[in-house]
This record gives sequence, C-alpha cells and structure tokens, in this order.
Amino acid sequence: MIPAAFDYVEAVSAEAAIAALGQHGDEAKLMAGGHSLLPLMKFRLATPSVVIDIGRLSDLSYINDGGDHVAIGALTRHAAVETSDLLKSQAPILAHVAGEVGDPAVRHRGTLGGSLAHGDPASDLPAAILALNATMVVKGPSGQREIAATDFFTGFLQTALAADEMLTEIRVPKVPDAGWSYQKFNRRAQDWAIVGVAAVSNGSTNVALVNMGQTPLRAAAVEAALGGGASAADAAAAAAEGLTPPEDLNADATYRAHLAKVLVGRALSEAGAG
Amino acid sequence: MTVNGEVRSADVEPRTLLVHHLRDVLGLTGTNVGCDTSSCGACTIHIDGESVKSCTMLAVQARGANITTIEGMATNGELHPMQAAFMECHGLQCGYCTPGMVMAATSLLKENPNPSETEVRIGLEGNLCRCTGYHNIVKSVLTAAGGAA
Ligand SMILES: Cc1cc2nc3c(=O)[nH]c(=O)nc-3n(C[C@H](O)[C@H](O)[C@H](O)COP(=O)(O)OP(=O)(O)OC[C@H]3O[C@@H](n4cnc5c(N)ncnc54)[C@H](O)[C@@H]3O)c2cc1C
Ligand code: FES
Ligand code: FES
Repeated sequence: MIPAAFDYVEAVSAEAAIAALGQHGDEAKLMAGGHSLLPLMKFRLATPSVVIDIGRLSDLSYINDGGDHVAIGALTRHAAVETSDLLKSQAPILAHVAGEVGDPAVRHRGTLGGSLAHGDPASDLPAAILALNATMVVKGPSGQREIAATDFFTGFLQTALAADEMLTEIRVPKVPDAGWSYQKFNRRAQDWAIVGVAAVSNGSTNVALVNMGQTPLRAAAVEAALGGGASAADAAAAAAEGLTPPEDLNADATYRAHLAKVLVGRALSEAGAG
Repeated sequence: MTVNGEVRSADVEPRTLLVHHLRDVLGLTGTNVGCDTSSCGACTIHIDGESVKSCTMLAVQARGANITTIEGMATNGELHPMQAAFMECHGLQCGYCTPGMVMAATSLLKENPNPSETEVRIGLEGNLCRCTGYHNIVKSVLTAAGGAA
C-alpha cells in the first residue's frame, strides 16, 4: 500500500514547522515517528497534501529534571521513555506504559508527542499522562501556552491543538512515592488494549481509561466515589458509569464495561487506593 | 543514506516507503514485505543499530541515516553470529520471516545482551513466524547471546 502523493517538507526547527503549518493550513500534517500517521496514509484514511517532517528535531528529544516535574520533549521516542532512569524513579507508571506500546521496533520510532497529539482513545500513553495530571506545552505562531492533560483530548482523534500549533513538551509531576498500576487487557502480545486502566494514587487517586469512549478519558465516577469515601470495590463498580464504550470486532460495549470494572478493581488494589 | 556501509544516494518520490526503496531501487531484496501494516516484522532493518519496520517509514525519513539490512550482517563471507545460530539451531523453515527475525534479535541483544527466554519471547513480539512455532528461533537467539558473551 502506497500513500497518496504529497509534498514533503523537512522542518529544521519547531518554529519552521509552525510556520509551514501556517502556510499550508488544513492540507498539512506534521510527521513525528510516522507510526500512526503513515499507516493511515497507506490506507488512504489520511491524505495530507503536505507532510512536514519534525522527526529530526533532536533538540525536542530529551528527558530533563524540571524541579517539581520531569520535562519530556515531544519528539522523545517511546524506547527512551521506557528506559529513562529519571522517569523510572519519579513517574514510574510512564516508563512502564511506554514499554507496553506495540513492540520494540515500534518503540524505536514512535514518539510521546505523536502518541498524545494523535488523540487515539485506544492508545496507552494518553491514559498514563491523564492519570499523572501532566501538562502539555504547545507552541504556535503567537507563542507558547500550557494545556492541562484533562483539557487536551477533545474528541475522536481530536485535541485542543490548533491547526498551526505544535506540541513541544510534556511536563510530568514527580510522584516518586505514589502507588500506581497499569492494567492492559489484550489477547495477543503487541496488540492494542481492548480496555486499559491507569491509576496513580498519591493522597487522592486519579484513574484514566483506554478505549472506553471517544477520547482517552478519566474515570470521573470512580474518582468521585473514592473521594466520597467509597471502598475500592464499590468505586470500581462505577467504572463504566456515564460512558459509551466503542464496539468493534474485539468487544461490544457491554463486554468493555465489564472489563473496565474488573480492571479498575485490579488497578486500585495494585495502586493501594481506597 | 549509508546502507550496509556504502553511501547510496537517490532522488525519491516522497511517498516511497523505505522497504520499497531498499528492494526495488537498491536491489536489496533480503528485506521482505509480509503484512505491509507494521505487524509481522518481515521488513525489520536497523537504523543506527536499532530495529525499525521499514514498511512504516518513508525513504525520505531515512535521509542521512545509517541503515543495515540482512545483506550487511555477514562480514567477509562469514555469517554474523546470529545468522550462524539460526542455522545451527534450525531457527527457520521457509525462511520468510528470518531476515526480520535476525535483525530484530540482534537489536534486542544490543539492548539486553543476556536476555532470559521470556525476555527473548517478549523482545520478538513484533515478529511473526508461520512455520517454526518460535521454539527454535528463541533457542537460536539464546545461543547467539551465549556465544557472544
Ligand atoms: C504496529 C503498531 C502497533 C502499535 N501499538 C500501539 C499500542 O499498543 N499502544 C499505543 O498506544 N500505540 C501503539 N501504536 C502507535 C504508536 O504508539 C505511535 O508511535 C504513536 O501513536 C504516534 O507517534 P508518532 O511519533 O509515530 O506520531 P505520527 O504518526 O508521526 O503522528 C501522529 C499524529 O500526531 C501529529 N503529531 C505528531 N507529533 C506532533 C507534535 N509534536 N505536535 C503536534 N502534532 C503532532 C501528527 O500530525 C499526526 O496527526 C502502534 C503503532 C504501530 C505501527
Ligand atoms: S511488512 Fe513491515 S511489519 Fe510486516
Ligand atoms: S520460517 Fe517460515 S515464517 Fe518463519
């Protein structure tokens, strides 16, 4: 399968990429690792007329100590997140979840920024970022702004990024002592999650769900129940409350709702919540 | 780009996939296409020593990259230890998956020189084999790891 024809622009800096987005508008797509975009282009589900390659912006590939947070460049590959000693000690759930993505070859190319900007409800990393209450740093023609993870995912494959904005950094609060758990349910190695649950327990407990709606999302009903003093078991029973899980060959909505309850229960117990 | 130690340059259409460039333009047909959807690993090559699925990369994304394909593994007619181990342990039957397996396995050993059997199985999760049942592939990789140590 060959993608439809497009013009190729190699960005030499984030600023150049943003300028190119401004110039080409909706016709253009940024390409980081290409491991979500290129498969869509091969199936011709995406047909951008301009591809702006940001994959070589090595100055946006870093994992730095930012004081109260860890600052991760948007172009950091999954493999680097997975093996980072800083993340393993300060936000271990993120390093763990990066290691759950696809297979090693996928992790050598795919980037954290690409996974988040893609906004796929089936992806693993957005759930970890939501449960960690991370902050997205975004650059556009008029400068830089910050978006809370909970405000970032707005619709199916839609994010709060404007058409001429680029995600440049992800700031992850340090939670070295938090309890955490990631529950990924799939049938074969390397597959996407049928349902996934990320939990981070640090005083209060954040719970995020994979593949339980149009976007990566927080399990609001579970969090509210825990906040109201419910036991972990009672809170887990609320996992699918208010949600409309997707239906596909792997699972219908009822099965997904069942999985969510079971997996949230396991996640809360592993994270030591409730 | 540098391919198996040789500088190769060409003008390519942006939509050309790296695997097609390697096979059709450079004539390196050892790298196979199995699924064309990044699932099977038959197209695995190395970029700077790391495994990458070349069906899920544009040739233009590899501008300036240091690429190794299965053809670049043997030195002076002598098989790479991983290739030798696959031969010794019967790690292949039809051989279709083998180039990708060898490339994925050498990348794995670079990152984890002494893997357990489980780590080998997980490390090769992105490579499918329709023939062997994996047992002898895992044995080959463990043998190569032992030999290299
Ligand atoms: C075989 C296979 C298995 C996979 N399995 C999993 C899995 O189990 N779990 C999982 O979570 N993911 C999985 N993935 C997806 C993988 O994690 C991708 O790497 C990731 O989703 C996208 O990252 P990328 O850098 O490749 O982004 P790209 O494909 O380059 O881009 C994706 C989208 O984000 C936009 N974008 C990229 N970077 C930026 C930026 N900095 N600012 C603004 N917009 C940007 C692009 O324009 C595009 O729309 C799999 C992929 C493959 C091929
Ligand atoms: S052909 Fe590339 S992974 Fe199957
Ligand atoms: S030997 Fe035939 S596919 Fe692996």
